[in-house]
Amino acid sequence: MADTLTLTATSPCYGLLPKTLGTCTLTETDLGTLTSVAPFKGAAISDALKAAHGMAFPAPNRATGKTGARAIWFGRDIALLAGPAPDPGLGDLAALTDQSDAWACVTLSGDDAGAVLARLVPIDLRPAAFKQGHTARTQLGHLNASITRTGPDSFLILVFRSMAATLVHDLVTAMESLAARH
Amino acid sequence: MRLPCPICGERDRREFYYQGAAVALHRPAPDADADAWQDFVYLRENLPGDHEELWSHDAGCGAWLVVTRNTVTHAILGAKLASEVAR
Amino acid sequence: MRVAGKGHIDRNSTVHFRFDGIEYQGHDGDTVASALLANGVRLMGRSFKYHRPRGVLTAGSEEPNALMTVGVGAGREPNVRATVQEIYEGLEVRSQNAFPALNFDLLAVNDLAAPFLSAGFYYKTFMWPRAFWEKLYEPAIRRAAGLGALSGQADQDRYEKAYAFCDLLVIGAGPAGLMAALVAARSGADVILADEDARMGGRLLAETEAVDGLAGADWAAEVVAELAGMDNVRLMPRTTVTGAYDQGTYGALERVSHHIARPDGRLPRETFWRIVAQRSILAAGALERPIAFQNNDRPGIMTAGAVRAYLNRWGVAPGKAVTVFANNDAAHRTALDLIDAGVHVTAVLDSRTDALAQGDYRLIRGAQVCNSTGRTGLDAITYRTTSGQEKLATDCLAMSGGWNPTVHMTCHMNGRPTWDEGIASFVPTAGSIPGMTVAGAALGVFSVQGCLASGADAARTVLKELGQSVADVEIPVADDAAYAISPLWAVAGKGRAWLDFQNDVTVKDVKQAATENFRSVEHMKRYTTQGMATDQGKNSNVAALAVLADATGRGIPETGTTTFRPPYTPVPLAALGAGSRGKGFAPERHTTSHAASVAMGAPMIEAGLWYRPSYFPRKGESNWRQSCDREVGFVRNTVGVCDVSTLGKIDIQGPDAARLLDFAYTNMFSTLKVGRVRYGLMLREDGFVMDDGTTARLGETHYVMTTTTAAAGQVMRHLEFITQVHHPEWDVRIMSVTEQWAQFAIAGPKSRDLVNGLVESPIDNESWPFMACGPVRVAGIDARLFRISFSGEHAYELAVPARYGDALFRVLVKRAEALAGGAYGMEALNVLRVEKGHITHSEIHGRTTAFDIGMERMISANKDCIGKTMAARDGLLEDDREQMVGFKPAGAIKKLTAGAHLYSEGAEAVPENDQGYVTSAAFSPDFGHYIALGFVRGGAARHGDRLRLVDAMRGIDTVVEVCPPVFIDPEGGRLRG
Repeated sequence: MADTLTLTATSPCYGLLPKTLGTCTLTETDLGTLTSVAPFKGAAISDALKAAHGMAFPAPNRATGKTGARAIWFGRDIALLAGPAPDPGLGDLAALTDQSDAWACVTLSGDDAGAVLARLVPIDLRPAAFKQGHTARTQLGHLNASITRTGPDSFLILVFRSMAATLVHDLVTAMESLAARH
Repeated sequence: MRLPCPICGERDRREFYYQGAAVALHRPAPDADADAWQDFVYLRENLPGDHEELWSHDAGCGAWLVVTRNTVTHAILGAKLASEVAR
Repeated sequence: MRVAGKGHIDRNSTVHFRFDGIEYQGHDGDTVASALLANGVRLMGRSFKYHRPRGVLTAGSEEPNALMTVGVGAGREPNVRATVQEIYEGLEVRSQNAFPALNFDLLAVNDLAAPFLSAGFYYKTFMWPRAFWEKLYEPAIRRAAGLGALSGQADQDRYEKAYAFCDLLVIGAGPAGLMAALVAARSGADVILADEDARMGGRLLAETEAVDGLAGADWAAEVVAELAGMDNVRLMPRTTVTGAYDQGTYGALERVSHHIARPDGRLPRETFWRIVAQRSILAAGALERPIAFQNNDRPGIMTAGAVRAYLNRWGVAPGKAVTVFANNDAAHRTALDLIDAGVHVTAVLDSRTDALAQGDYRLIRGAQVCNSTGRTGLDAITYRTTSGQEKLATDCLAMSGGWNPTVHMTCHMNGRPTWDEGIASFVPTAGSIPGMTVAGAALGVFSVQGCLASGADAARTVLKELGQSVADVEIPVADDAAYAISPLWAVAGKGRAWLDFQNDVTVKDVKQAATENFRSVEHMKRYTTQGMATDQGKNSNVAALAVLADATGRGIPETGTTTFRPPYTPVPLAALGAGSRGKGFAPERHTTSHAASVAMGAPMIEAGLWYRPSYFPRKGESNWRQSCDREVGFVRNTVGVCDVSTLGKIDIQGPDAARLLDFAYTNMFSTLKVGRVRYGLMLREDGFVMDDGTTARLGETHYVMTTTTAAAGQVMRHLEFITQVHHPEWDVRIMSVTEQWAQFAIAGPKSRDLVNGLVESPIDNESWPFMACGPVRVAGIDARLFRISFSGEHAYELAVPARYGDALFRVLVKRAEALAGGAYGMEALNVLRVEKGHITHSEIHGRTTAFDIGMERMISANKDCIGKTMAARDGLLEDDREQMVGFKPAGAIKKLTAGAHLYSEGAEAVPENDQGYVTSAAFSPDFGHYIALGFVRGGAARHGDRLRLVDAMRGIDTVVEVCPPVFIDPEGGRLRG
């Protein structure tokens, strides 16, 4: 028989965040349940997703929904449902995989947020090219990342959980260098 | 160098993994003769000019691409999803 | 000395700096070069080879002579050009390559030995004896000849990399660049304007010519101010675009804090930019070339354009009595500007017999300077006309052999410049860099008016190509004088006439190269070293190849140029490698048990990017072996706990999931029952082993695959390759879940006791036999339990969502300890698996087949799989291939080591006698001696043979017995118990 046991949850950036430097703030973001949704062939996933969670399956490089319930394009024919637990019916149409614990999720915000990311991310993040609701799978330093613009000066950044310390190190280094310019 | 991923758009080369000639697209039947398998696994043309190559957009969408690249000028003449070329 | 009323410096400011320990004063806006000249200092360095006294030749980044070491301490920087280093309060600058002092350099004796030190001297002289080169000759030569030195300490300063994107990158902010940027910016394009200088304006800052009735510098300032106020423009001063690369990518070095006295320690010194531009306009201007004549390298002899720059931009007269020596009209402006500023001009010597005076100065036509005098600075020159030689006292000679368009970047992608007879120089060849348009002096347009028009033109062309509308921008009115030149490369005569100041290459050296048949310009360069080092021949290339052309009886276009490669100016490796120092070198992957392991005192070792505990030391243990042996004992006798989360975990779902696994693995997975795990072997298409691991069937169309830690990424890419390239028709989806699950091995005879203390419904051997898997609940959390074993003991792996990993690990360790067990690390894990004969990538190292590791029966005959056909090649099935075996000591008990090679007893340990090698070795506490795994020719049939084991690296020479690779429990009773 199992004795009384409680396991305490630890967040990926536990003890590392938040940090504010110069104009920028870096915080850990709890996105709720994360589920990768990889539709099977011919599945009408977008309709089902809309019916179940009120948002369309995102086109490449786009995020649908809003804070609290988003579908973030996450790769070739994959979306990351962030927020609600997935409607079980979606499981007939797509491979659903729980990713709630797999990603370190942080928000970088502030006037210099774009300039900070320009130190680390090799894609065009100019506001005209990467608008609110745009997302990308790319790199941040050496890390594979998912980056979504959530506001004029704020970005949601996801990397593998195990690399949370490196993510924070790299972002804080860039934040420091921008802060030192003021 | 920048490669035009059909899904993500033009991206820096650092996001991609290079596999080699697109010969690997055409896998011989298991009972094909030794020459066919030898060609498939080992033999590659290496003439200067346009080459079809396999690249994986590892740090992006994860798609395998068939990229046409000129090995003399480094010009990229196009990129397609390998899943569509193979079909 | 300063000239009143001239220059764009802040005369109200006073800046103190030190050169070779002596304090000087300058003003904000000064460079080290301008400030030293203002203080009457002409001697600024010693030459590379002959240690000749040198002063500034130029006023820009092309400077070959005035190289200095800036700063003190670990981060001091050698070979900084005094012409680009801005002064700041407290700046410390030192001269280089002089011993004991700049004005008394003992190594100047090299200059007297010059007849012996000509081109090719080292190649010919220091050949024999061969062994002397590395130990004696090279160090001695390097000490005598050379540039500045690094501190030898780690540079603690920060460097940075960054990315930028734009519609148009304008390279250079002179008249052409400013005009191009203005037109493009007013038309709404996203523009980056980069200039290497601290202040934008280019030659407009160094000349007196007016633009639209304004002083050129004032017009430039107005344009810069307008651009600075526009959202679609990014101005990047102090930023040198250093290279043009494929698909519109440019490298650029921004000097962020080299001009700041006490920068914030977090501020990078430099930022290396990668700029991606749809189009670029190269408006990098032109570089003036010297004329070669005897002793043309004395301090006080500089280019005419540099003299004008020091006068007009910095308000400094580089001499009291200045002489001009030129072959073109443009240089005459030097005399006019100097006279206008009240500086005495002795004469203008023009090599052309038809030259026209442009003002009231003494013009001597058909004159060539043929020598100079002055120990550490110019005091007189000798010139020659048809009427003979004359000596002229002068302390500054402004020379001009004409201008070379800055074509360098147009050659970065294999382009070759085109010879233009009209300006006696090379000009860019159109289309050399896709997307790049050249404008202004870089194109060979040398008037201000021409540059403004050319810049505007280039912008209009680019905007049209981009499909953007073009704003109507009026081109300002400016001087439009024609450029008249008659080539003069080298003045005939005896003695040494310098072509390449930085590398001490003379006209004679180039001629000698030609005589010795180094006639190709590329060979001449290597033989003489002309065009190397920091200036990369910017000052000397065209003249040197003109001399070579003459010596080989060819024309200049046929002789051609050497290849200009990036970077345009030196880029510190620290900037290129920025961000990759210390923690930035590679990502660190931490398991959820990281903090707890560190707290337990475990040394963390790198496993790929992961950090894993090596062992968990306890009080009283003085070395790792004691800890390791104890931890092995936990697993063999009670229970051990180990974090195995680093193994790759791949979620595979879909109607064709089983087909994918059957195709990727050698063995069958479609036959695996739900709730069961199977070991699988994966081959590469060439038939060699790629990876191995266990795969569990969680549902009819749902599997989870484990890979080795090392190959997780490779296997993921491989599975994507199969499903996208080989079988896009299959309906199957693949997802990495490595990071989702924290997974712990619980191994040992008491493992089930530990598991049953955790799970809500207890298990037994019936409900959870060896290779069973399924969902369990632990503390109200959905978890997964797998009964698999890497140690050979009764064992489980328990997986929970990663957020609970830290808490679970602490609980597992505590409970294992209560059962007289505990945590075990990588060392114990390795011993356990060697004892059980389990392979890792030490064994499946890329050159082993399933046959070699005794797993040929795992290649299913009933289906195709990746690698199956090629694995069946005759050569891979021969009995004398190196096959996996175990080794144990025979006779004397000695240490066995991985990497050792095996030979027949009594055979010499030479490659011809090699019988195999050891891949893994460990001290087995169970046996009380070392055991090992490895490969031996025909090994499967050689159990019981004795072999000589030699590890030359570690000095081991012993005898081993070949044995089966499974040492512990070969029947597998413990696994199933």
